[in-house]
Amino acid sequence: MGNFSQLVYLVPLFPLIGFLINGLFWKRMPKALGGIIGSVAILASFCVALGIFFEVKSPDFHGPVIVTLFDFIQSGKLNVPFAFQVDALSSLFLLIITGIGFLIHVYSTSYMHDDEGMVKYFAYLNLFVFSMLLLVLGANYLIMFIGWEGVGLCSYLLIGFWFKDKENTDAAKKAFVMNRIGDLGFLVGMLLILFSFGTLSYQEFFGQLHNGGTIVPASTYNWIALCLFIGATGKSAQIPLYTWLPDAMAGPTPVSALIHAATMVTAGIYMIARSGALYSLAPMILHVVAIIGLATAVLAATIACRQYDIKKVLAYSTVSQLGFMFLALGTGAYTTAVFHVMTHAFFKALLFLGSGSVIHAMGGEQDIRKMGGLGKHMRITQITFLIGCLAISGIPGFSGFFSKDAILADAFSSNPVLYYLGAAAAMMTAFYMFRLYFLTFGGSFRGTEHQHHHLHESPAAMTIPLVVLAILSIVGGYVGLPEVMSEHNAIASFLAPVVTNFGEHHLSTSLEWTLMAVSVSVSVIAIIMAYTANRKPNFVPSTGIAKLLENKWYVDELYDAIIVKPINGLSNLLDKYTERRGIDGVVNGVGKTVRWGSDRLRLLQSGQVGFYIFIMVLGIVVLFSLSFFWIK
Amino acid sequence: MILILLILIPLLSGILSFAVKGEGAKALALISSMLTLAVSAYVSGANYTAPIAYSHDWIHVLGSQFSLMGDGMSSMLCLLTGIVVLVVMIVNVNKDVEKPGAFYGFLLLSQAGLMGVFLAYDALVFYMFWELALIPVYFLCSKWGGEKRIPVTFKFFIYTFVGSLMMLAGLIYLSMQTQGMSSYSWNDIVRAGSSLSPDKQVWLFCLIFIAFAIKMPIFPFHTWQPDIYEQSPTPVTIILSALMVKMGLFAILRWLLPVLPAGVAYWSDTVVILSVIGIVYASCIAIVQTDLKRLVAYSSIAHMGLMCAVAFGHSNVGMHGVMVQMFNHGINITGMWLMVSMIENRWGTRDMTKLGGMATAAPQMAIALVIISLANIALPLTNGFIGEFMLYNGLFNGSGILIMAVAGLGIILGAVYTLNMIQKAAYGQVTAMAIKKDLSMNEYLGVGIIIILILFLGVYPKPLLDLTAGIASMIVR
Repeated sequence: MGNFSQLVYLVPLFPLIGFLINGLFWKRMPKALGGIIGSVAILASFCVALGIFFEVKSPDFHGPVIVTLFDFIQSGKLNVPFAFQVDALSSLFLLIITGIGFLIHVYSTSYMHDDEGMVKYFAYLNLFVFSMLLLVLGANYLIMFIGWEGVGLCSYLLIGFWFKDKENTDAAKKAFVMNRIGDLGFLVGMLLILFSFGTLSYQEFFGQLHNGGTIVPASTYNWIALCLFIGATGKSAQIPLYTWLPDAMAGPTPVSALIHAATMVTAGIYMIARSGALYSLAPMILHVVAIIGLATAVLAATIACRQYDIKKVLAYSTVSQLGFMFLALGTGAYTTAVFHVMTHAFFKALLFLGSGSVIHAMGGEQDIRKMGGLGKHMRITQITFLIGCLAISGIPGFSGFFSKDAILADAFSSNPVLYYLGAAAAMMTAFYMFRLYFLTFGGSFRGTEHQHHHLHESPAAMTIPLVVLAILSIVGGYVGLPEVMSEHNAIASFLAPVVTNFGEHHLSTSLEWTLMAVSVSVSVIAIIMAYTANRKPNFVPSTGIAKLLENKWYVDELYDAIIVKPINGLSNLLDKYTERRGIDGVVNGVGKTVRWGSDRLRLLQSGQVGFYIFIMVLGIVVLFSLSFFWIK
Repeated sequence: MILILLILIPLLSGILSFAVKGEGAKALALISSMLTLAVSAYVSGANYTAPIAYSHDWIHVLGSQFSLMGDGMSSMLCLLTGIVVLVVMIVNVNKDVEKPGAFYGFLLLSQAGLMGVFLAYDALVFYMFWELALIPVYFLCSKWGGEKRIPVTFKFFIYTFVGSLMMLAGLIYLSMQTQGMSSYSWNDIVRAGSSLSPDKQVWLFCLIFIAFAIKMPIFPFHTWQPDIYEQSPTPVTIILSALMVKMGLFAILRWLLPVLPAGVAYWSDTVVILSVIGIVYASCIAIVQTDLKRLVAYSSIAHMGLMCAVAFGHSNVGMHGVMVQMFNHGINITGMWLMVSMIENRWGTRDMTKLGGMATAAPQMAIALVIISLANIALPLTNGFIGEFMLYNGLFNGSGILIMAVAGLGIILGAVYTLNMIQKAAYGQVTAMAIKKDLSMNEYLGVGIIIILILFLGVYPKPLLDLTAGIASMIVR
C-alpha cells in the first residue's frame, strides 16, 4: 500500500479549509455552493482516511505511525508536540467520522436548503468534523483535549443554531457547561498523568505502564482513571451529566445524527478504549464504569418508553446505548465497546436521519401523537427506519445484534447480575423503538388536514444516505462475529495491536447460545408488546409511574433545586452583602474614619498660642516620664 | 539606548499633544504608538539573541542610576503595551472626545510611565514610573469618566497611592541595607533583601506586597476595581485592565520574589489561598452581574487571581505560564473591552437585560464577540488555553491537586457567565438599538489584530514561549 499515513494531516486539513472558506465568505457565498464545498471537503478526507485504513490493515503495517507537525507547548520538561498518531483505533474512527460525516453533509444540503444560515451551518459542521478528527488523531492527551473541547464548542454552536429562540440557546448553554464540568475532570486527570509520568504522549505513557518504568502507588492509577472517566461522563452523556443530551435535540436534526448520536458522544468511549492499558490497572474504576454505564442504560431506557417527541425518544435511546458501551468498557471489553460504537453509529445516524425525513414531511412537527400512517407516503423512509429499529433491537442478522450480544455475553461472564439488567434494558430498547415505529408509520394519520396534504417522500439527497446507512446497519455487524459462529472476529483482531479485551472469560458454547436466545426472545416479546399496545393508541394524561417517566424522573428539576439555585443564591448573597457591604464597606469605613479623625484633629489647630504651649509642655512631661520608667 | 526610546517617544509626544488641537492630536497619538510598537518589537526580537540593557548616571547622592533592562519579561510587556495602545488608538480614530489634545496627551504619558515600569532596573526609577503611570489615569478618569467618576476616582487614587507609599518605604529601607553606599540598583537590592534575616523579610514583604496586591488586585483588595472600570472611558479601562494590573504582577516577579525569598516562603501559602478564594469568589459574583463592564471586571479579577496564585507556587512551568498569560490576558481583555464599548455604542446601554439580537443585527460583531469570549474562557486553540493549561499545571505542581481543583471551578463558572453574556447580547430577538451598524473599518482593523493574535498564539505559541522561557526559569531558580 502507499504511504498514506504520512499524509494523515490532510484528513483534518480538508474540513478546516472548508470551514475557513465558508466561514470567511459566508456573506457572499451562494447557499448551494456552501453545501458543495462543505461536503466535498469531507469526501476528500474520507478518501484519505480510506487509504490510511487499508494501509493500517495490511500486514506490512507495524506499530503506530507518529506524525509530528510542530512544537506546541514546550516549557522546560513539559514538551507537548502537535502530533498525530495513526494506528488501528484512530484509523477506524477516522472512517466512521468521515464516512458518516459525508453522508450527513449530503443529507444536509437538502434538509437545510430553505434555511438562510445554510453556509454558516456548513462552516460549523466542517469545524466540528475537524475537531472530532483532532480528537481521535492526537498522539497525546493534550491534542485529544483540544478536539474534545472543540467538538463541545461546535455542539454548542449547532444546538443554538436557531439562536432567536431562547429555548435553543438555553439548551446550547446547558450542553457546554455540563461538558465543561466533565472537562475539568479530564484536565485534572491529564495533569495527574503529567505529574506522575512526566508525559502526555500515549506511546510514552502506555510504554511506562507496560514496563512498570515509573513506580507510582496503585491509587494513582485509580485517580487518573476516575478523573478521565468524569470527563467521559460529560461528553458521552452518562449519569450524572447526561441531561444535556436530550435538550441538545434543539439543534437541526442532521446535527443530532452526526454529533449527538454517531460521533461526538462516543468520544468518551474512544478515550477509555484508548487508555485501556491504564484502566486495566485500575479494576476498581472499571467497576465504577460498568455500574454507571448500566445504570444509565436502564434509566434512559425507562424514560424513552414514555416520550412523545420523536427526537427525544432517539436522544434517550442514544444515552441508553452509550450506557451499554460503558458497560462493555467496564467489563474490560474495550474492543466490544468500539464495535458497538461503530454499529450504533450506523443505525442511530440512520434513525435520526429518518426522523429528520419524517419531520421534514410533517412540516416541522415532532410530536408522534400527531403522526401515524406515514408509511404509505414515504416508503423509503419507512423501510430504512424499520431496518434501523431492527438493528438497535438486536434482531439476528442486523448489526446491533452482534455488538449488543457481545456486550451482554461479556457482562454475563463478568457478573450475571449485569447481564440480567442489561437484558432488561435491551428489552426496553426494543419496546420503545417499536412503539416509536408503530406510532409514526403504523395506523392512520392523526395530524391536521393541512399536514396530511403536505406529506411526501424526501428528495434523493436525503433518501440516498438513508439507504446507504440502512445497508451498513445490516452488514456492519459481520465484522465482529461471536466466537460461537466464527473463529475469526475481524474487528477484535484488527484492533489487537492497540487494545485488547482485559480479563477475557470464555463462556461455554451452549451457554453463549442460551444467552443469545434469551436476549433475542425478550426483544421479540417487547416488539409484540409494543405492537399490541400501540395498535389503537389513545393518549390519556398519564399518572403514577408513567407520569414520572414522562417527566424524566424530574432529574432536571432536582439539579435545578440542588445546584443551580443554590449557586445563584450564593452569588447574589456574595455580591450584595460580602462584596458591597462587607469588603467594600470596610474599605470605605477606613476612608471615613480617616476623614472623621482629620476633622477632629483639625480642631486642635485653634490658633491660640497658649494652647500650643500647653500641649508642648504636656508632651515633654510625657516623654520624660516614659524615658524615666522604661528606657534605662 | 534604544530602550530609552520606548519611554521617550510616548513621553515627548504626550507632552506635545497638549499643544495640538483637534484631529492633529489623534494623528500624533497614532504615529507615536506605531513608532513605539515598532521599537518594542525590535527590542523583543533582540531578546532571542541577547537582552538589551541601558544605564546612565542619575541621582548620584541617593545612589540611584537610571538603568533599564529589556529582558524577556520586560520586552514582552513592552510589546503588549505597544500593541494595546495602538489598538486603542486605531479603534478611537472615529470617536470624538472633548479636548482631544489633553486626552491623548494623558494616554501617551501613561504609556510612557508603563514602559518605564516594565523596563526599570533601579528601584527609584521604578517607583518614579510607577507613579507616572498612575497620575495621568487619575486625570483621565476624573475628567472624561462616567457619572459617579469623582468619588470613584478619588477612592482609586487614594487606595493605590497608600499602597505605593508603603512600597516606597520598603524600597528605601532595602536600599539602606545595601553594601557600602546606598544603592537602588536591582542587583544590589536583591543582594540586600535576600541577605536580611527571615524576620525582617517577613514584615518587609507585607509592606511591599500590599502595593502590588492592590494593583493587581487580589482578593480582598479588589473593590476599587469594578467601580473604576465601570466609570472610566473605555480607552482608560483598557489601559487599566490590560496593562496596569500587569504592573502589579510584574512587580511581584521582579521586585518581590527574588528580593525577599524568605518572606515569600513565609507568606506564599496565604497568598495562594487568598488568590484561589478570589478566583471562585469573583467568578460567582460575575455570574449575577447585569452590567457588562462589571461582569468583565470580575472575570478579570478571577483571571488575575489564578496568575497570582501560580506566581507564588514555585513551579517552573507555572512561572512560564504566568509570563505567557500576562501577555494573553492583556490581549483578550482588550478585546473584551472593545466589544463592550461597541455594544454600549450601538445599544446605548450596558445592561445585559436590555441587549439582544447582535447575531442578527450586526453579525460580524457577534462573531468577534464569540471568538474573544472563547479566548477569555481559554478554549483550546485560542491563546488563553496555552496560558491556562500551563498555569493549572504549575498550580498542580506547586500547590497540589486540591488547590488546583478548587481553582479549576473557575473554568466552569467562567463558562457560565461568559455564555450567559453571549446569549443575552448576541442571541435572541433584536432589541432597540441606538445605532444599527456593524463593525466600521477601523473597528474591524482593531478587533482583527486582537483576533489574529488570539488564534495565532493559540495554535503556535512558540515565539511567546521562547521569549519568556529564560527569565521564567531564572525567577523560579
